[in-house]
Amino acid sequence: MSLLRVSNAAQIYTTRRGLFGGRVDVRAVDGVSFDVEPGQTLGIVGESGCGKSTTGRLALGLEKPSEGSVTFEGQAMPAPGTAAWRAMRARMQLVFQDPLGALDRRLTIARQIEEPLEIHTIGDKAERAARVQALLLDVGLRTDHGARHPHELSGGQRQRAVLARALATNPSLLVCDEPVSALDVSIQAQVVNMLTDLQAARGIAMVFISHDLKVVRQVSHKVAVMYLGRIVEQGDPEALFADPVHPYTRALVSAIPVPGPRRIPRIVLSGDPPNPADRPSGCAFHPRCPVAIARCRTESPDLRAFPDGRIVACHLADSETRIAA
Amino acid sequence: MSEPLVSIRGLDVRFDGIPALRGIDLDVGKGEAVGLVGESGCGKSVTWLAALGLLPGTAKVTGSVSLGGQELLGAAPATLDSIRGGRVAMIFQDPASALNPVQRVGKQVGEALQLHRGMNAAEARAETRRLFEMVGIPDPARRIDVYPHEMSGGQNQRVMIAMALAGQPELLVADEPTTALDATIQAQILDLLRRLQRETGMALVLISHDLGVVADMCSRVGVMYAGRIVEQAPTDRLFAHPAHPYTQGLLGALPDMVGPRRRLSAIPGGVPEPWNLPQGCAFSPRCDRATAACDAPPPFVAVGNSHDAACIHAHQREKVMA
Repeated sequence: MSLLRVSNAAQIYTTRRGLFGGRVDVRAVDGVSFDVEPGQTLGIVGESGCGKSTTGRLALGLEKPSEGSVTFEGQAMPAPGTAAWRAMRARMQLVFQDPLGALDRRLTIARQIEEPLEIHTIGDKAERAARVQALLLDVGLRTDHGARHPHELSGGQRQRAVLARALATNPSLLVCDEPVSALDVSIQAQVVNMLTDLQAARGIAMVFISHDLKVVRQVSHKVAVMYLGRIVEQGDPEALFADPVHPYTRALVSAIPVPGPRRIPRIVLSGDPPNPADRPSGCAFHPRCPVAIARCRTESPDLRAFPDGRIVACHLADSETRIAA
Repeated sequence: MSEPLVSIRGLDVRFDGIPALRGIDLDVGKGEAVGLVGESGCGKSVTWLAALGLLPGTAKVTGSVSLGGQELLGAAPATLDSIRGGRVAMIFQDPASALNPVQRVGKQVGEALQLHRGMNAAEARAETRRLFEMVGIPDPARRIDVYPHEMSGGQNQRVMIAMALAGQPELLVADEPTTALDATIQAQILDLLRRLQRETGMALVLISHDLGVVADMCSRVGVMYAGRIVEQAPTDRLFAHPAHPYTQGLLGALPDMVGPRRRLSAIPGGVPEPWNLPQGCAFSPRCDRATAACDAPPPFVAVGNSHDAACIHAHQREKVMA
């Protein structure tokens, strides 16, 4: 059984167009489905506004989807704020991009790691203190780091502290939203290695949200590419990045500046990602798509399965005749 | 290389006695694209802020920066004013904060034209339109009269580039120009910079934390660490045969996009604090090859054709990864 199952989830926000304009529904997430297996990582990539962070919040039950459903260990997500929801929250944790924002500047690191243990009444005082020390070591900090305040740690150490706190309640799911994007390359590699080690040691499942395709490829067992609220391609990371099928994935992969020769000729898309409040008709990608045909303007493509296990939402993607973009 | 456009020698910057730059030597040739890479605090931005006299008065800057034979350090403010935005232009990471939010974008570009090219309002407006077209802003006639918040981040960066081009610069210093942008927009802006460089023949200094961006854009790269350039080489050579342990570490820490996934080779530890720099080679505490001899300041050694590394172990290391 999947640990987390998101079925056809949509999240609709209502905004106003301008100061006095009428109400507009924005489908930030629009019919997204995926499963996360125990101990596995699902990577979600896409550009700003594609709905990847909202998807993460839906997965954690921080927001209730407007449509569709989210189940965790086979159970429907309880309503936010209830006791059942709080109990479930101990089993799933969130890690953000900015560790300084996620930590309380006035409390020591040890105090902050202990807090979730208190909230979920785990262990007595002595057990909690021992647990905190063990957690510090697990994330590669020293026990004396526990007595420090956030500003006394480097960026990488802070992110380790945030992870220690997230791991305190022994969660089975970790949602990481751009966890290493604010870190320097050499520190990023340390944290990425630590995440994969922790996953191997504890069997934690992860939803890893990032705009950085290279990092996502490194950590994921499965990758979903999102564009304007929908998954446009999903599959095994090595296959997907080596041979992307959806024209958007192709452009995204080709746009990564890499040292050395590139495998896929660079495709530079024209225009900006569209506003989710002003979704293009048919396939949302068609105004920027280099291979769009008339059908793409009117008909939204469904996700279709390919022989190698990936799924792609593109009229032109066909397992026999591949698109020549 | 013939007479370089910009020649930096022994550039040193201290803030309240704490070293931020420790002896930078760097040349930029006419029309050349040079990349500067390194992690936060390595001094890659400070180098150019110091060179152009943009650091606050508390910074103590010594050394020499010459632009076509003219010394910039200690030059009169009026001289620097005409050089900045004129012969040398700079663009930054966050275009939205570099633009005036309450002024129409066309007016801001026009101001640069009036200032540096002595145009009147009508001429400036016409030239702004031409520049907007040149940097690929759609519907330039209308976009001249919008405010920065009405444009996307990518479009604002195009406005900044148009403003930089207004003074017909010989050198464009781009400090993390695409870091705040989405991947597909980053590709557009890099493409634009590449085209403009080709068309105008200006030199480009690209400051970035992203080795990939620099590899893509520049013919020569300098790698910086703790206020020094630790390795300098033609781009292809640097990525194929990195000689300095830090450069090798940076490349090993980058996940691959192709081939089987491997465990990243993270560099242990963190960057030293500028007030607590180790003796000799600043990288030695994180370096697995460090020996007692690394306690002395490392000399620049030639490890190949126009390829230098500030490491006494550079020679023996080179074979490891090649």
